[in-house]
Amino acid sequence: MATVAQVEPQFTMPEEHYINEDYGIRSWLLTKDHKRIAILYLISVTFFFAIGGLMATMIRIHLLTPTGNLVSHDNYNKLFTLHGIMMVFFFLVPSIPATLGNFLMPLMVGAKDLAFPKINLLSWYIFMIGGSITLYALVAGGVDTGWTFYTPFSSVYSNTHVVTAIVGIFFAGFSSILTGLNFIVTVHRMRAPGLTWFRLPLFVWSMYATSIIMMLGTPVVAITLSLVALERVFHLGIFNPALGGDPVLFQHMFWFYSHPAVYIMILPGMGVISELVTTFSRKPVFGYKFVAFSSLAIAIFGFLVWGHHLFTAGMSIYAALLFSLISFLVAIPSAIKTFAWTATMYKGSISYKTPMLYVFGFLGLFCIGGLTGLFLAAVGLDIHMQDTYFVVAHFHYIMVGGMVMAYLGGLHFWWPKMTGRMYPEAWAKLSALIVFVGFNLTFFPQFILGYMGMPRRYAAYPPEFQVLHVLSTAGASILALGYLLPMVYFVWSLRYGQIAGPNPWGATGLEWKTTSPPHKHNFDETPIVNEEPYNYTPELERQATFV
Amino acid sequence: MNIPLFPEQASTVAKHVDALFFFILAVTVFFTLLVVILVALFAVKYRREKHPIAVPIHGNIPLEITWSAIPLAIAMVIFVWGGVIYFHLSRPPAGSMEVYAIGKQWMWKFEHPNGTREINELHVPVGRDVKMIMTSQDVIHSFYVPAFRVKNDVIPGNERYSVAWFNATKAGEYHLFCAEYCGTLHSGMIGKVIAMDPADYERWQSGGGGEGSMAASGEKLFLQLGCSTCHRGDAGARGPNLNGLFGATVQLADGRKVIADEGYVRESIQNPPAKVVAGFQPIMPSFQGQISEEGILQLVEYVKHLKAQTPGGPVNVAPESNSVPGATNLPNQQAPLTAAPGKK
Repeated sequence: MATVAQVEPQFTMPEEHYINEDYGIRSWLLTKDHKRIAILYLISVTFFFAIGGLMATMIRIHLLTPTGNLVSHDNYNKLFTLHGIMMVFFFLVPSIPATLGNFLMPLMVGAKDLAFPKINLLSWYIFMIGGSITLYALVAGGVDTGWTFYTPFSSVYSNTHVVTAIVGIFFAGFSSILTGLNFIVTVHRMRAPGLTWFRLPLFVWSMYATSIIMMLGTPVVAITLSLVALERVFHLGIFNPALGGDPVLFQHMFWFYSHPAVYIMILPGMGVISELVTTFSRKPVFGYKFVAFSSLAIAIFGFLVWGHHLFTAGMSIYAALLFSLISFLVAIPSAIKTFAWTATMYKGSISYKTPMLYVFGFLGLFCIGGLTGLFLAAVGLDIHMQDTYFVVAHFHYIMVGGMVMAYLGGLHFWWPKMTGRMYPEAWAKLSALIVFVGFNLTFFPQFILGYMGMPRRYAAYPPEFQVLHVLSTAGASILALGYLLPMVYFVWSLRYGQIAGPNPWGATGLEWKTTSPPHKHNFDETPIVNEEPYNYTPELERQATFV
Repeated sequence: MNIPLFPEQASTVAKHVDALFFFILAVTVFFTLLVVILVALFAVKYRREKHPIAVPIHGNIPLEITWSAIPLAIAMVIFVWGGVIYFHLSRPPAGSMEVYAIGKQWMWKFEHPNGTREINELHVPVGRDVKMIMTSQDVIHSFYVPAFRVKNDVIPGNERYSVAWFNATKAGEYHLFCAEYCGTLHSGMIGKVIAMDPADYERWQSGGGGEGSMAASGEKLFLQLGCSTCHRGDAGARGPNLNGLFGATVQLADGRKVIADEGYVRESIQNPPAKVVAGFQPIMPSFQGQISEEGILQLVEYVKHLKAQTPGGPVNVAPESNSVPGATNLPNQQAPLTAAPGKK
């Protein structure tokens, strides 16, 4: 591909933009600019991702041998617990909303900032307090309950820093409530003139749906985990059966948030994919309204399926069948989206830039991740598969294969907008390929392990599972390389990357109608929208110097 | 090297579970390939070099409805199929042989009605329905035998016991896992289910046995704890008559009706005021924390045996009154075994 021989576009960096409008550490820590807060979040979640990733690496090395030789059983249990806590609460939940969402939501609706800039900054501080407390729990000795904190193990039996970790997660939860609140108000109140709901980019729709879940679901997990802490500290009998409590009640309350939280993690990724697939196919999304409303359907139905995590926890037969039925229904909107993205490419004009490579990867992996959910939604089959590696593989295909692929695709796509410079295309393509290969090698063997009956959270395992575990560990080392490379070349590009210009991809959307990087107030004058979304005009084709 | 890629099928239900597995696998492969092939096809055919001008297509309602309806129909087929298997899995057949299980950090304890006890090993005969009646004495565990495609969480303090059942189809040793994370040695809470041909199983049974059948041990406890003072079986007794109670419908003081199953007996020992029988005063003290889980199971087994005899009287161990249905072809199981201590 002739990436090198591309015509050098004649762009210069804008004289004034949000990065150089002020200097010094105070100007960052006290900023109310959504773009700077997005950068603060970007650095923070990358840090937490690195910690969670380091733990994943140790887990995989430990599992190279059936007896597990790297760490003790107790430390293994702490590793997978903190891997889960870090990745779920401090990376996946905030990743796209707090970084790309914070940066892009005001730009996409044509506003100067989010509705509540100070609350936005507050949310970052709350997030960092929560992260610090959780890190303290880690260095003080760790937590060994699993990220799911099942009672009565967590509330009575565990001798680790459960309460500290819970307090950390409690804080992080409030940060996402505030982010959700900010987005909802921004979308309702701050859209530019002419920007009707059905002219909004689909990324905004998916962030809106995500925000609804954040606001309705997060308080429940905060309450639930607080009850665990209260039971530990004051010996209340809420979940502890010895005091008349019900341990399974915890699971209902926990999954009432944590299943919708799965959609907090994947919906933003779906929003990113919608933007990428249209830009690199040069076509509007196939069935805009179907895609937009399927985001809302997922957000709403997502609240009604928590029981499918409890099929083996002794629920009534009829409750299990009902939860199974709704779980199948919630799969349909995801299917609609997947077909819509595929159909968007039909008769498009497709270029294979890095973000589009991530779209290809996402579509394949999301298909596998989503369809393997059918196995687990079928109650009779889930009895066998519940709590095995099949579940682990399934949700990593969604979370890592889906969400992280979309996040990386989105970062590459909006990197020129955020920094004014292009990332190095060849390196980026190489690392996208490495991520794809490494990911599949890591997690595909886990499907087989799971159906064979390998349970989750085992520090040691029967020897016949070893070959598949070794393959998985080999994949993880490749995957780690695929994640390290972007960290290096993104930093490199800040200084040496090609200057991008306002709209290197010839993309639609208001964020591309201002400078790269945008200046403090985003737009010189409030944009007026008088066209349908994803309207690829010949003028945009001329701008598309990098496509 | 032998690298297994598929679990052994060793129970009657396994082939049904696997049939659904392969159906969904086919659906998964079909739709994944469909998307991947279309993406690859479009990506090559409409690449920018060959197809510089995109055709703006906004959608196609009939197509959208089609690709919503077809997955929905397939999903409903899977739902019903999975539901049927689940129904089958959740209802142990009448006449199942019963084995009691207690999970604790970090071991499995099993007790057969004849008093045979095992730790981390469970011997069962091939070709018999085996019903596991399970509880936990600390945190949540999960009884999982992959070769049987059977799993159920074992939950502490529940008012009902967790139940799982299986019917082994071939002799062999199969993994028994704890599938619910339970602390430090979760991965060490493993054992074996040893399925034996009926003749071998009989031989094994005759070599085992503890200090008498569970019902006999339960009877001792019943007398020792003074239960018989109130549960006397005559008209003036302060507690309800337990004769023939098990399996019967009980009219409660608050108007509810419950079936007297294992969980009911257990709850009535641990938390008597929860379900007071009509016509009686809530005067029974709680025995929570005073009887081990094993002890409660023995009492449950004792109550099962109280068919038509005086509580506190000798347990009738004659074959025809043994309450383990279908067990009459296993003579050694019924008599209290006072001989050699248990295998484990």
